[in-house]
Amino acid sequence: MNVDSIKNGVVIDHITAGDGMKIYYFLGLDKLDCPIALIKNAMSRNMGRKDIIKVDSENLPDLCALGYIAPDVTVNVIKDGEIIKKYHPELPEQLADIVKCQNPRCITSTEQELPHIFSLTDRENRVYRCIYCESKAKG
Amino acid sequence: MRHLIGIDDLTMAEIEQLIETAEDIIANPEKYSERCHGKKLATLFYEPSTRTRLSFEAAMMELGGNVLGFSDAQSSSASKGESVADTTRVISCFADIMAMRHFKEGAPMVASLNTSIPVINAGDGGHNHPTQTLTDLLTIKREKGRLDNLKVGFCGDLKFGRTVHSLITALSHREGIEFVLVSPDELKVPSYIKKDIIEKEGLPYSQTEDLDSVLPELDILYMTRVQRERFFNEQDYIRLKDSYILTPERLTRAKSDLCIMHPLPRVNEIAVGVDKDPRAAYFKQVLNGKYIRMALILFLLEAAK
Repeated sequence: MNVDSIKNGVVIDHITAGDGMKIYYFLGLDKLDCPIALIKNAMSRNMGRKDIIKVDSENLPDLCALGYIAPDVTVNVIKDGEIIKKYHPELPEQLADIVKCQNPRCITSTEQELPHIFSLTDRENRVYRCIYCESKAKG
Repeated sequence: MRHLIGIDDLTMAEIEQLIETAEDIIANPEKYSERCHGKKLATLFYEPSTRTRLSFEAAMMELGGNVLGFSDAQSSSASKGESVADTTRVISCFADIMAMRHFKEGAPMVASLNTSIPVINAGDGGHNHPTQTLTDLLTIKREKGRLDNLKVGFCGDLKFGRTVHSLITALSHREGIEFVLVSPDELKVPSYIKKDIIEKEGLPYSQTEDLDSVLPELDILYMTRVQRERFFNEQDYIRLKDSYILTPERLTRAKSDLCIMHPLPRVNEIAVGVDKDPRAAYFKQVLNGKYIRMALILFLLEAAK
């Protein structure tokens, strides 16, 4: 199968096979109107199978939260057909409205418009806690 | 703007400074009687509380300030569906500092993000109750003369008991502290307190269901109530509420300078006969609570200048 290379945009590579669609929605790519390719189960020398997402747009989507959901992927930033930057996403210091606090005793369960914010409290173990009730993020 | 949401909002030096101020207030009350003249404390109590609310109000009055507020959610705009954020913004227009108790965890944090005046967490559900912790620290300091090198036993509901979690957090930064955690299996200290605080700080601790076996070793015994309101299931509450009751007979095995503490209110976990024991410090704790809150109000108002 052939998918053209992109001129300007971003390629998210080395996605665990089967997680591509989850990341697609997680990053809100379904809301963009630029060309996007989601390749499932591509052959990979190291991973066996992998998913890849290609976003063909000069306006890059916000990838900050990628470090939380898929820290092992590789992000390739493309400009004029060349890779100008290649990196593994870092764990973001804060997650805003990305995960919901599951604690039924938390104030977020009753204050409807309150943003669900989690802070990184343990980088080594990738632990995020709700800034209000300090419950661990799940999911 | 400085707030007090959790005990970790204060450095160890600041806690020591608050204790020092409280002790000076106890020694020289007249020096402080007009320090908050013209200032107003708002008490936003969404959940019933006698001791904490009156303690805050008495503290502000003894500093020469005034008090306004509400004592349950039904008599506030919360009953009309107003959010904590909006109520807080409104109260900021009327007062210089606020103390909030709420049944939901994190409500005072929401308040602190939406106000221009200092917020004191006066208890948010089963989460934090930092002024109780300051009260406990002042009591330990006054009763034992130190905050280091102590074997501290916690007994009863260590799972939902927020005062226990906060005091463990505060004491974990001190030297020579050893914890003895006494509770039924169902009410053990949550794993995050054990892993993220006690074990992370490398503090010695033991867990047991048997109070009698550890009582002779303790310098401090912190008793807690098994709280009905923290249970989803009434049957679990009834089954566990009488797990540990401290009696004068049991205390014959304890050290002569043991300090017995309790955040109050008690139900039956400390027999009334213990009240006369000179080792009982739980009513002194109540008085200490007023003094440390006076010190805290002064500290936060000063920081807000």
